Amino acid sequence: MRIEHEKLDGLADRMVEAEVKGRSPWADARKRFAHNKAAMAGLIVLILVGCFAAFGNLIAQYPNDFTDFTIMGRAAELGQPSFANGHYFGTDDSGRDLFARVVQGTQISLMVGVVGAAIAVIVGTLYGATAGYVGGRVDNIMMRIVDILMAIPYMFVLILLLVIFGRSIGMLFVGIGLLSWLDMSRIVRGQTLSLKNKEFIEAAQATGVSSFRIILRHIVPNLLGVVAVYATLLVPLMILTESFISFLGLGVQNPNTSWGKLIAEGASTMQYGTLWQLAFPLFFFVITLFAFFFVGDGLRDALDPKDR
Amino acid sequence: MLNYIIKRLAIAVPTLLVLIIISFLLMHAAPGGPFTSERAVPPEVLANLEAKYGLNEPLYKQIATYVYNVVFHFDFGPSFVYKDRTVNEIIAQGFPITLKYGAIAFVLAVLIGVTLGVFAAIYHNSWLDYLAVGVSIGAQVLPNFVMAPILVLIFTLWLGWLPGGGWQGGQWQFLVMPVIALATSYMASIARITRSSMLEVLNSNHIRTATAKGLPTHTVILRHALKPAMLPVISYLGPTFVSMITGSVVIDMYFSTGGIGLWFVNSALNRDYSVMMGITILIGVLTISFNLLVDLLYAWIDPRIRY
Repeated sequence: MRIEHEKLDGLADRMVEAEVKGRSPWADARKRFAHNKAAMAGLIVLILVGCFAAFGNLIAQYPNDFTDFTIMGRAAELGQPSFANGHYFGTDDSGRDLFARVVQGTQISLMVGVVGAAIAVIVGTLYGATAGYVGGRVDNIMMRIVDILMAIPYMFVLILLLVIFGRSIGMLFVGIGLLSWLDMSRIVRGQTLSLKNKEFIEAAQATGVSSFRIILRHIVPNLLGVVAVYATLLVPLMILTESFISFLGLGVQNPNTSWGKLIAEGASTMQYGTLWQLAFPLFFFVITLFAFFFVGDGLRDALDPKDR
Repeated sequence: MLNYIIKRLAIAVPTLLVLIIISFLLMHAAPGGPFTSERAVPPEVLANLEAKYGLNEPLYKQIATYVYNVVFHFDFGPSFVYKDRTVNEIIAQGFPITLKYGAIAFVLAVLIGVTLGVFAAIYHNSWLDYLAVGVSIGAQVLPNFVMAPILVLIFTLWLGWLPGGGWQGGQWQFLVMPVIALATSYMASIARITRSSMLEVLNSNHIRTATAKGLPTHTVILRHALKPAMLPVISYLGPTFVSMITGSVVIDMYFSTGGIGLWFVNSALNRDYSVMMGITILIGVLTISFNLLVDLLYAWIDPRIRY
């Protein structure tokens, strides 16, 4: 009974509030999001990791390409994490400061994730909205193309691309971007199909707005909620993809590094007792993925309350 | 139904052709031929080599020959790096290994995932439910390339129970860690999907009716709830299969099991294009056939779907 009362009170409050000052769905969503503890915790973790990537180099005592020759080859005895010699996270087996390396890896992994998701958002939204809005045979052909591309084992093709055109970060971006938009375009198309018969679209058509402008000005803004949720969930997937490839040694190359590469390095030296080499990158990798998943779920709940 | 199968095949065939042609063109676009990395050979020898591998033909003819050989003879041609072997021999050597631990991992992931999800839904909001949810959230961030080193750290370096790699004809000690590393994150996803769809089904009207007419709980669950609850799980099987095949690359690399993943990465590092293409196309065929199979299974289980 008590809970019911609370619910009713809450509802009454909300109705009063809504009458006093009409609230946009976005303000509503923001409020729901702020009440979601897991999502807020995730957001805080993401901000902290972001600060670590942005300002970590100011704290690091060594540049990321500096090799400490006194430690090189004896990382197990001399390279432990310590505040005394400034290697906060220890060193790797060639004597490089792991703190600086992890900062650099975090920067690159986050960048791959965000850029990959951004490409997916831009290409996928435009492609899906166009297919859905135009409809008919164009839609059919565009979606068959997506079907065909989806059925291709993309990790293998991505590796093929990287091997043939050189293993660089740029190529990694292109490869991940080429393949990441497919799901997005499908989701956006579905949403567009349900939007395009609404009155406001009809009104726009009646006043003679061109199809292109209708897609950009009237369809896409209404898709933002779905796209935002999906993009947040896409970032960790992009990070996973990049880490997977870098773990195999086919992605980011020295002197650059990423979480996947650092984890691979840590995994290959752990039998010598340098566990910190595995532990620190793994810690950042795991908490960031966790945070992204929680924030994504929180956003979905916040923007789509009926789907809970 | 037959119509539907034909329609699906009609998409599958162009998909495969696109895959073959894309990978062929990529290979062709690679800077330098397959023989440029070696020490300088006299032009006559190079011409002979190219003639042997058919590289002096015009591009469309090369593609046609390749497609013809792949489709009608299932022949991927010779390896460019291992001169004494064909791609087929390499696949024949590596694929059974991948298939063995991959199949075990797949079956285990589905069985354990579904069981965990079903029990979590039945005992909703109990400690079992929280455990299942906790495990499935945790395993989401433990992909195969994170699980593999952690497992080796625990079972090989600390406990010394299991060998850190190798295959030895697939004895069980060599299977345990590859299977766990590959299966964990998919098991977690399947458990999560099963749980939420089972919860939904358990709250539906036909279950209330079944319970109301006095059927014992296990009959309600096994006969009435399980089948509809399996539908989302089945549609997740296709992507799971694909990701597991992809994951086998990491497993083969990390545990040195010698499966096709290892060959794929090695040929990627050696620029052995024909092996890469052969494996990519093989995976493509597997993916497409498995997705077709899943769709048919879906249609068979859910009689509401008519094509």
